[in-house]
Amino acid sequence: MLLCLTDGGIALFCVNPTSWQIIVFIYIYIYIYIYIYMGNVHSDKAGQFFNSGHTNNWAVLVCTSRFWFNYRHVANTLSVYRSVKRLGIPDSRIVLMLADDMACNHRNPKPATVFSHKNMELNVYGDDVEVDYRGYEVTVENFLRVLTGRLPASTPRSKRLLSDDRSNILIYLTGHGGNGFLKFQDSEEISNVELADAFEQMWQKRRYNELLFIIDTCQGASMYERFYSPNLMALASSQVGEDSLSHQPDLAIGVHLMDRYTFYLLEFLEDIHPSSTTNMNQLFKVCPKSQCVSTPGHRTDLFLRDPGRVLITDFFGSVRKVEITMETINLSSPMEPLPERINCTVHILYMCINKHIIPTAIIMYYVPRQKLLRDVFPCT
Amino acid sequence: MATAEVERKRGQLAALSIAVVVVLVGVPLWWRTTETYRAWLPVNQINELAELQLQLSVDVEVVFSRGTLMPEQQKKVPFTRTQEEAQKVDDDTTLRYRYESKYRTANIMEEDALKQPTAAEADLSLHTLSASPCGSVVVYVIPETSVLLPQGVDVYIGHRRTAVLRMGAPMSVGKNHKQLLAHLEPRITQVVQVMSFSHTDITAALSDRVRLSPGSKESLADSMRSFKSSPGYEITFSLLNPDPKSHRLDWDIEGAVHSYIQPLLTKLAPLANFSIDSQILYYAMLGVNPRFDSSLEAYTLNADSLAHVINPVEARLGSNAASSNPVLNFLLYVPDAHHSPLYIHDHQKQPVASNAFHSPRWGGIMVYNVNDLYGRGETPLPVNININMEKVMGVFLAQLRLMLGVQSSPAPPGFLVEPCGGAGLADWELDRLMWSRTVENVATATTTITSLAQLLDQIGNILCSLSFAGSVNLFHYINNKLGTVTSLQLAVAELEAGNLGFALQYSKEAILASERAFFDPSLLHLLYFPDDQKFAIYIPLFLPMCVPILLSLIKIASEARQRRKLKQSKKD
Repeated sequence: MLLCLTDGGIALFCVNPTSWQIIVFIYIYIYIYIYIYMGNVHSDKAGQFFNSGHTNNWAVLVCTSRFWFNYRHVANTLSVYRSVKRLGIPDSRIVLMLADDMACNHRNPKPATVFSHKNMELNVYGDDVEVDYRGYEVTVENFLRVLTGRLPASTPRSKRLLSDDRSNILIYLTGHGGNGFLKFQDSEEISNVELADAFEQMWQKRRYNELLFIIDTCQGASMYERFYSPNLMALASSQVGEDSLSHQPDLAIGVHLMDRYTFYLLEFLEDIHPSSTTNMNQLFKVCPKSQCVSTPGHRTDLFLRDPGRVLITDFFGSVRKVEITMETINLSSPMEPLPERINCTVHILYMCINKHIIPTAIIMYYVPRQKLLRDVFPCT
Repeated sequence: MATAEVERKRGQLAALSIAVVVVLVGVPLWWRTTETYRAWLPVNQINELAELQLQLSVDVEVVFSRGTLMPEQQKKVPFTRTQEEAQKVDDDTTLRYRYESKYRTANIMEEDALKQPTAAEADLSLHTLSASPCGSVVVYVIPETSVLLPQGVDVYIGHRRTAVLRMGAPMSVGKNHKQLLAHLEPRITQVVQVMSFSHTDITAALSDRVRLSPGSKESLADSMRSFKSSPGYEITFSLLNPDPKSHRLDWDIEGAVHSYIQPLLTKLAPLANFSIDSQILYYAMLGVNPRFDSSLEAYTLNADSLAHVINPVEARLGSNAASSNPVLNFLLYVPDAHHSPLYIHDHQKQPVASNAFHSPRWGGIMVYNVNDLYGRGETPLPVNININMEKVMGVFLAQLRLMLGVQSSPAPPGFLVEPCGGAGLADWELDRLMWSRTVENVATATTTITSLAQLLDQIGNILCSLSFAGSVNLFHYINNKLGTVTSLQLAVAELEAGNLGFALQYSKEAILASERAFFDPSLLHLLYFPDDQKFAIYIPLFLPMCVPILLSLIKIASEARQRRKLKQSKKD
């Protein structure tokens, strides 16, 4: 065998190598190939960074059922809440709507806990759950008001969806549903037409950059049939005519703890960390029919980007874009003394660390000078 | 027989009259009582606003100093010229730029001012001489031989609204009026575009209305970095001290805010309301482990790990619960004694001079090293440290300017732009911001109400109450605030006239009114009823009533036909 190195068809030199020389040659070739390939992957990553076009992430997680036997829906929502928090979305950007009657229910053998695995492995209720809408506040009207932003002026910041045109929003719904509707707390329904209209109103006001809609109910695919606004991607746990089934009962608690689709979704999310590059195509493969019994569905025709280039962390996590500050301003003048005391209020928060009470945060609110209309009081 | 006939006739009359009542009175009554209430909206005016034709006027004053004009050219001065340029952005949006230039010669005081040794001092004295209102530009033309500007610099832009332009060589300019204008006009247009607006800036401001594909990564980053126009902003300064056992930090934030940040915010007052608060957080860690670099003997954070710093910290930062304004966070992190000093490295592994980074639409973080202020093991812990607020505020001010959209593209070659220094913002930078904000507000307000009108048209179930209509409506309404349509028309008129200040005011009112209208809580649409449910409700009500009427009407009609057949057969 003759190995020739050519340059555009002109043989530069040819050798008749022994077997070990062939192996060395092959190794060098593979090394060069990998080097070039990795270089491409890196530049691809940098390109992807700016491809997503979003600067912040929001999540709206809704559990639409109440009563003890719907334990699994609350566990579903809380598990997704924990994953989303773990991947970086802070509480100020999560709107959590739960009936919240599980943890302190009289029938709960372990009060103040909500478990998602049998044998009480994982308590998803934890110490730092922030439920924004609880109990009877979870209604169709409130849900639509949160989505469209039409809240009364007195609503506090934590109950609002303050997204802008560069926000990626994750919406997760779970509960009991049917063909074209979703039941809210056993008393009212939201239909797929209303949901599609709400998303259209969000689009008209540019309240989202991209939106991922996940629904885990019976006949879930019917809820995304009527969407018509751009940049929406939807996943459902079952097709029209199929039921979504629950996963495993716990004999000590006495109810089913999770739904199958969300259980496998969470197993998938456990492998995701803030800098992972897994894309949406893998998310579509979660929970095949063999595991879920129902057929999960997805809809991507309204989404402008290719799902293969969309990272999971674009929706579930909160990866920040960061720029180095190159310029500074040269401040040469010394500080002027304050002419009069500015009106301010001081709050000091304490925490108990190592059996000592230690101030952990001191917050001061100012009133800017131009707003002062009368004499100001000194700070105490 | 007669009674049977009378009975039959009476029955027929009864059936007919019931049918008439049902059709003429019942059906309209049912229709009116079950339709959704809609207040009157000025739909025609709203649809007119869908087509946006903006005209932006700039007043330019060009002042010739001694030695720039040939005698022949001097005869023509003073004169006025108007330049107009029309640009079509898309089918619904056209922009017209109008530059009204007044050319004159300098008076004695201005000549004296231009004789100052440096450009900065000249700028200071020139400022006192001309009263340039908001949105106007004054260009002083100096001869080529002048030493006011350093070598290689053709244009100097100062703190206010004045610029100094160096004329070309007299040979190249030419002798007559036309040649002078041919030489000067493009250069003056370039200066005006830097100091007030350029076509790219305005189209970027229209991004809400026209989703143009970004030209480059830089323009995409620019559009993503600055906050959208909002009536108010909240600024929070936080000091993070992870190691209170070693460092007792003291920062005079009140004084620093008053001296350095407040002047900038006072200047920006026409744009938005700002509220400032500050906080100190103890035991707040960064969440990323810095790497120890033995060559520098310091800990380093490389650019890739910076993205993961913000999330764990954000959970600890509070925000004002009462307002929905966007929040800008500025964090000052003092590393703990075991991880000092801490430097930030950029993508090329070089240390960053400012030791700070920022995240678009969120804020900035600066790392402040204090290890050189005390020796290890000598001083008793905790050490009292006074933070140098000048250095810190220099960085935060630069980041604040970036976040608010003040920073623009780098100046063209040959331009010398005076750095803004303590004031925080040059007057012409403020003008730039005001131009783009006004256009952005007008574009957003028109998009909002036209899409609202479209939505109301599309989704028939939305209830449209009176107060909401007031926000949209033409006349002064319930709260005595101008409606959107009026404010928009006034804003566009003021832009045409060149009054930038008033245009901004009206555009702000327009946007507030349009947001109030779009987000009115009463606009929640009624629950949608699918068709089968509608039938299920109406059929049990109407069917039992309609069936006897229909049957009797059919009976009357068939009897009438039979009688006619009998009459015909009788005739035959």
